[in-house]
Amino acid sequence: MSTNLVALAVLMALVTYPSRAIPLLAPGFDRLPPRALEYLRLVGPAVLASIAASQIFLVPATNGAASTFSINVEWLAVAACVLIVAWRRNLLLGLIMAVIIVAGARATGLAA
Amino acid sequence: MGAASDEPRTDPVELRSARRQLVVNASGLVASDIGFGLVFGLTARSSGFSPIEAIAFSVIVFAGASQFAAAGMIAAGFAWPAILVLTALVNARHLLYSAAMAPWLRTQTLRKRIVMAHVLTDEAFALSSVHFRRLGWGDPVGYWIAAVGLTFIPWNLATIVGVFGGQFIPDPRVLGLDVIFPAAMAGLAVGLASGRREVAAAATGVACAVAIGLLWNSAVGIVVGGAVGPLVGLALPGGPAYDPVDATDPGLDAGLPS
Repeated sequence: MSTNLVALAVLMALVTYPSRAIPLLAPGFDRLPPRALEYLRLVGPAVLASIAASQIFLVPATNGAASTFSINVEWLAVAACVLIVAWRRNLLLGLIMAVIIVAGARATGLAA
Repeated sequence: MGAASDEPRTDPVELRSARRQLVVNASGLVASDIGFGLVFGLTARSSGFSPIEAIAFSVIVFAGASQFAAAGMIAAGFAWPAILVLTALVNARHLLYSAAMAPWLRTQTLRKRIVMAHVLTDEAFALSSVHFRRLGWGDPVGYWIAAVGLTFIPWNLATIVGVFGGQFIPDPRVLGLDVIFPAAMAGLAVGLASGRREVAAAATGVACAVAIGLLWNSAVGIVVGGAVGPLVGLALPGGPAYDPVDATDPGLDAGLPS
């Protein structure tokens, strides 16, 4: 059984780990000024919204080049989830609604 | 800085309730992780990975997007340096997660933080952020639940099943499971948005991610959106200086009695 790619996995982990670890392990993060803490508090909503937008609005190119814009049923599903979370503060309900919308649209041929 | 992660001050009943809400909030993401872990196992095998290699990717790399990208690049015959460059780019957003988690987890020992860093993923960050904000302190047990119990273990078990039996499993896209991840990220962002600064940060993040993704690369867009969004939020007039101890909010309701 081949194990050659285990070495690649280790190298991929080595190039990923610094971005995961450096701020967590750096002692300077114990004494950040309030303005920096406020910045870090805002990272959460900004990066999570960025990920969601990237996933539903863009179709990534396979070669790492620029993505293309996409109009799809996932827009509607994610919007429904966001509205439910904002209204009822219930993520699970929002996710169930999103899945129903997408699965229903695909099952009925309304979406690919 | 404020005592973001000092000793717990939470009533045990409230703490159990918060952790229960964490688990229920994560249930959709767990289903998504299982679905795509299965697909990764199958994809890796069809790209020529041996079972050990496929499982090693999920345990050692533990970063879904870059794992899928690497499997595709290996199948296409790319050289390892190109795969490593793409991996570093795709996973650069973890720097923001780590920085945002650091104030909450600063009281943990160095040894624990070394391990915590390896299991820091999109899911662990999103779920922990909401959980910590709800409690007002960095609950290490909550972090382990989110990062290991609800992400690492399901992802790796699903990879193993996908490696050995993936051909018998329906495509998660047919079931609509592919929408769970972006919907959960958006929903958790809403859970963190408690004022106009957060809304401005999120809206700017969306604009940057889409614009840069269209012009250049979606991974770069996410990193820029996550870095620039908070700057725009900070530019708005805010309330009193941020104190994490007083920053508790009800967070997301899991639909359970508290």
